[in-house]
Amino acid sequence: MNPVEEIIAARGDQTREQLIPLLQEIQEREGFVSQAAMLRVAEALATPVSRVYGVATFYNQFRFAPLNEHVIEVCRGTACHVKQSLTLAQHLQRRLKLRRDGNSADGRYTVVTVACLGACSIAPVIKLDGEFYGHLSVEKLDALLDEVEAGAEQAA
Amino acid sequence: MNDSQLVSPCCHQCRRTPSAPCADLLECIDHGPVCHDDEACRDERAARRARALRGGDGMVLYVGAGTCGRANGALTVIAKAREYFARHGHSVPIIETGCVGYCQREVFVDLVTADGVRLSYCDLGPDTIDELLRAVFDEGELRNRFLLGRYDDPDDLYRGVPPLAETPFFARQVKVVLENCGVVDPASLDSALAAGGFRAAVKALTTMTPGEVCDEVTAAGLRGRGGAGFPTGQKWRIALDQPRAQKYLICNADEGDPGAFMDRAVLESDPFRVIEGMLIGAYASGATKGYVYCRAEYPLAIERLREAIFQCRAAGLLGKNILGSLIDFDITIKQGAGAFVCGEETAILASIEGGRGMPRPRPPYPAVAGLHGKPTVLNNVETLANVPPLVARGAAWYNALGIGAAAGTKVFALSGRVRNTGLVEVPVGVPLREIVYDIGGGAPAGHQIKAVQIGGPSGGCIPDELLDVSTDYGTLQELGAMMGSGGMVVMDERTCMVDVAKFFMEFIRAESCGKCTPCREGTTRMHEILVELTERPIGEQMRRLERFRGVLHLEELAETVKETSLCGLGQSAANPVLSTLRFFRDEYEAHIMESRCPAGVCQALRIYDIDPGLCTGCTLCARNCPSDAILGKRKFAHAIIVDRCSGCGACADACPKQAVLAVA
Repeated sequence: MNPVEEIIAARGDQTREQLIPLLQEIQEREGFVSQAAMLRVAEALATPVSRVYGVATFYNQFRFAPLNEHVIEVCRGTACHVKQSLTLAQHLQRRLKLRRDGNSADGRYTVVTVACLGACSIAPVIKLDGEFYGHLSVEKLDALLDEVEAGAEQAA
Repeated sequence: MNDSQLVSPCCHQCRRTPSAPCADLLECIDHGPVCHDDEACRDERAARRARALRGGDGMVLYVGAGTCGRANGALTVIAKAREYFARHGHSVPIIETGCVGYCQREVFVDLVTADGVRLSYCDLGPDTIDELLRAVFDEGELRNRFLLGRYDDPDDLYRGVPPLAETPFFARQVKVVLENCGVVDPASLDSALAAGGFRAAVKALTTMTPGEVCDEVTAAGLRGRGGAGFPTGQKWRIALDQPRAQKYLICNADEGDPGAFMDRAVLESDPFRVIEGMLIGAYASGATKGYVYCRAEYPLAIERLREAIFQCRAAGLLGKNILGSLIDFDITIKQGAGAFVCGEETAILASIEGGRGMPRPRPPYPAVAGLHGKPTVLNNVETLANVPPLVARGAAWYNALGIGAAAGTKVFALSGRVRNTGLVEVPVGVPLREIVYDIGGGAPAGHQIKAVQIGGPSGGCIPDELLDVSTDYGTLQELGAMMGSGGMVVMDERTCMVDVAKFFMEFIRAESCGKCTPCREGTTRMHEILVELTERPIGEQMRRLERFRGVLHLEELAETVKETSLCGLGQSAANPVLSTLRFFRDEYEAHIMESRCPAGVCQALRIYDIDPGLCTGCTLCARNCPSDAILGKRKFAHAIIVDRCSGCGACADACPKQAVLAVA
């Protein structure tokens, strides 16, 4: 059974209230919400696809394309902004040669900006592959990325 | 997962089981056993209580591992400590706690000494934890450079070590909501019970009627801590008076305000308190089903809450017939999906029902017709966390905590350009200056505070000269700010206020759900105007005129959006613009008249120039320029075409000779 089917089957209750949790679980497993998954969810919940799509696109959390190997979330909250998180974002833009969709030219990184990670006391903050890093500067960010690169070389 | 020792039976005479709940459960934990008299059982219960209170039998190590602690390496600290203990043959339990609030000096490591006094060490990290452990365990040097303070020391064993509550950051704080944060083990019901948890719920459920609980909370003067400040007791009363059978209680943990993180900290550090608050609120309003709507950005908070709910169910503190009171209440966690507007109460309802999180007009208020059309109470995390101490100690005590007419305490999230960042809990009504200067320590050395932004995107910026105002709901509103959720971002002279207004408007524009026109179109237009102001008018005279006209419109537009938007998001969207216009008009004027950003923040207003004397013609600047604004031949001095330059400064960063200078 494919993962989407599994997720739907595992959820006994198939009311409209389950729409967002289902999409969240699919994204958790697959990394993104595909068109096929949305069609299947609509069918399972007996609701129009347009509604599923409407909900999925309303929330910032849902992505419709797969992520690259490393995901960097740059916090753009107020405290981070005041502590120059824009500089960090622009530095990533340059260093990783990001395209408009936030994917790097080498296809290894995806950079997204988030409204606020809620770790304002250690601003500016980024989340790299799920881990928080605070009190950043361009130099520290570079060191962090160098570490990721070194890790990748070692693995290769 | 640890099973609750305090809740489990002492001997076969205790007949409490999940299916036969016992009303005396907590009495039994404190002074038990109640139902039978047995010396051994009494000793056993006392021993369990003592163990739960300190976390173990001998020495215990507590490590602050909330999100901020983890970002400073708390998990590595724990791994290293574990390794150290294994290597040296110490058996010292390591317990993860949440955040004590002093995020600036994380990682916090607390040591319960052999004589039972808890000492608090700070400024630790992966590099320094071994030094601390060596000092403490090899050299017996408990007083070392990491020591910040101590907790209770009844026998005065550590004379000279200041109580933590009297150290500068904590001395002016009054901890009610945060009293257990960073102290108890958030993954253990026993730890919460030993610290006094659920006594208030038992008091409410067994000695008060729902109406009495509503009255008590109303009398205490508790107002919603999420932003709007509606009296909590009244809200419960409205729901209680509804004749419907099914009612809901929703805990709003969709803390979307950038700059606010107290709800995350409370959920991560003391989830049982929030559950207890929900239980009391549910009893008072007649709700039997609860939801916690929590941001997906807070994975640790969700994990801790899930674990806490599980343990409460197992102990019979959630579920059917709680403590034999015939009250049913259970909690489901709903993860938000990243929409700021979902902090609005009717938008939350739409989101829980599985739709787009768009608000609807009120009335009817959710307390009358909410989730699935049933009466629904919505309370913020901090509000609910205030409830247990309020009920336990009474309305008069709570009311007296505030300064003047205000009641209770408020947690502020202090961040930005200030020395001490973290969570600060103070009586409502304390002057802002006291929070920012006395607790926060003022601006970093060599800088000066310009303004404090309070209340997130719905709030406003209060200039330094006005910081003596008190932090109560009314005063802040008069200044065009609002209490909001309590985010407090300090700004110094390096911050441009026009840029801040633009930043918030960008945020609101992106987060506006689009349902009502004033908010959708108004915020977009306001954002456009602010963008124009922060860019250099190039070429045409028309564009210069546009900038003037824009500002003339800005104020009027802001008022219109404020008056006519559907929900709180739109109604408060203009606050950052209006308050910066009011207090920092000179900065706007510099942007408009002189195309100059006094703080040097607005990139597009920056002008760079290359010193031909220093330039060696290496071409690095031209190659790094993203907008092709640099001309020049190899080995000849280069020049910047100002009209093409975006002001990013990449050339200045790239130049090995420091020949690129910002001239404006």
